Amino acid sequence: MIVAKRKPLDEIKEMLKPYNKILVLGCGSCVAVCMAGGEKEAGLLSTELQMAFEMDKTLPPSGGTPPGSAKQIDTITILRQCDREYIDEVKDKLVQYDAILSVACGVGVQFTAEVLNGEKVLLPGLNTTFLGATKEPGMWVERCLACGDCILDETGGVCPITMCSKSLMNGPCGGHEKGKCEVDRNRDCGWVLIYERLKKLGKLELIKDIKLPKNYGAVKRPDKIVHEAYQVVGKEEVKK
Amino acid sequence: MSKLGEALKSGKFVITSEVGPPKGINMTSCLDEAKHFGEKVAAINVTDIQSAVMRVGSLATCIKLKERGYEPIMQMVCRDRNRLSLQSELLNAAVFGIENILCLTGDHQTLGDHPQAKGVFDLDSVQLIATAKGLMEGKDLAGNKLDGIPTFFLGGVVSPGLDPVELQIIKLEKKVRAGARFIQTQSVFESDKFRQFIDKVHSMGINIPILAGIIILKSVGMAKFMNENVAGVFVPDNLIKEMKETKDKQAKAVEIAARIIREVKPYCQGVHIMPLGWGHLVPEIIKQAGLSLTPM
Repeated sequence: MIVAKRKPLDEIKEMLKPYNKILVLGCGSCVAVCMAGGEKEAGLLSTELQMAFEMDKTLPPSGGTPPGSAKQIDTITILRQCDREYIDEVKDKLVQYDAILSVACGVGVQFTAEVLNGEKVLLPGLNTTFLGATKEPGMWVERCLACGDCILDETGGVCPITMCSKSLMNGPCGGHEKGKCEVDRNRDCGWVLIYERLKKLGKLELIKDIKLPKNYGAVKRPDKIVHEAYQVVGKEEVKK
Repeated sequence: MSKLGEALKSGKFVITSEVGPPKGINMTSCLDEAKHFGEKVAAINVTDIQSAVMRVGSLATCIKLKERGYEPIMQMVCRDRNRLSLQSELLNAAVFGIENILCLTGDHQTLGDHPQAKGVFDLDSVQLIATAKGLMEGKDLAGNKLDGIPTFFLGGVVSPGLDPVELQIIKLEKKVRAGARFIQTQSVFESDKFRQFIDKVHSMGINIPILAGIIILKSVGMAKFMNENVAGVFVPDNLIKEMKETKDKQAKAVEIAARIIREVKPYCQGVHIMPLGWGHLVPEIIKQAGLSLTPM
């Protein structure tokens, strides 16, 4: 899933300053699982914001700025902000607000903005961080850099591109110690993980080949994939 | 042919040393340090944005050393340049007649003085060696023909003190296969462990000149710092005790370095002395180690 974490409240408040009628738009998929932008978190954030803006109202005005004006903060959560059909369902409601604070990942924010096409301001409530897995309750760990050229078959299912902080392909650098990475001594060295896994699998010979430089052109960023069934002769993609 | 290559070929015990370029363009102290040992070693490494701390580049410093008649070894790390820039820099080096290239991964950018920098690592050290070898064969990494073919004498590094040692040796073997002609090691303080490492290297059928890394131990604080922070380096208690008890730190530093060199000498083809600012001690270390002060 895509893992994200909420921006600091002060940063969000600052973004919302010019707007009075605000919608916090939650996303019910990845960011709900990683407890950053699902229905629960969207509701919590709007309550926090409401309280914060209320408190500002009671503070004396500074430097001629008027105290925080009354703000209306509502919440809607849709299943996925990266799918047009779910955005379309609430589009009529979205356009009634001055600004929409999306607590989806960067994909959701951009795609909702794309659907609204300049009709309303979209603001990001989260910092999108990585593609990860739930390691234990409340803990998510990065596992894929979406390089478009998977070599997990050669490395015992441990990705050197992701799990080595330098994305080295032919073995560890000289900075690991006691199985930990030089960048953070609490983090495992990806290459020691690969070595141990392959040893267990009896396939250590797999890392003895010299791996050629990676094809960083495998993904033509920003990339696009059109499923075969949707490819139309003479057209790049099907437009609705 | 590179003078370093010739020295290694002659079978003589080879000594290299090292300078680090300055932050800013005042080259005086860097070149002065080289002056202490430039004529007494076979070649001088020049670090490449060492410790990810921004400074003058390796190539410019290598050119300065070469102008003074010294034999430079240009270090190249993979952190700061993609394959276009790495290959171009290799050609730049060849244009200036610099042949000795030591290929390394490079410390992670977050450990240096610009921790927000984007790390590159487009190639790794094995791939960089193979790429340089390809240039020597007249082809760039994309298979395009070169007009004017460079000559390099390529090297790599290994850290004998790192576990698992098998993983170190697997990567070392790849470096040799990729085209490395010499190896310099991370700093050695325990000659017994170094000998065991060399035995393992030989038992895996790897045959390449290895220069044992010798860091001049300046103080107890430095020893403790390295033990806590530098991967693969371990200064044993007895050396720390010696440093603690001495009244003359520099004399003791020379004595320890010379002793380690004598101990590792039977197991390697040379030593790489890293003076870290104490370059003036290098000639005395060479002397006390019983080695010749005329490298060629």
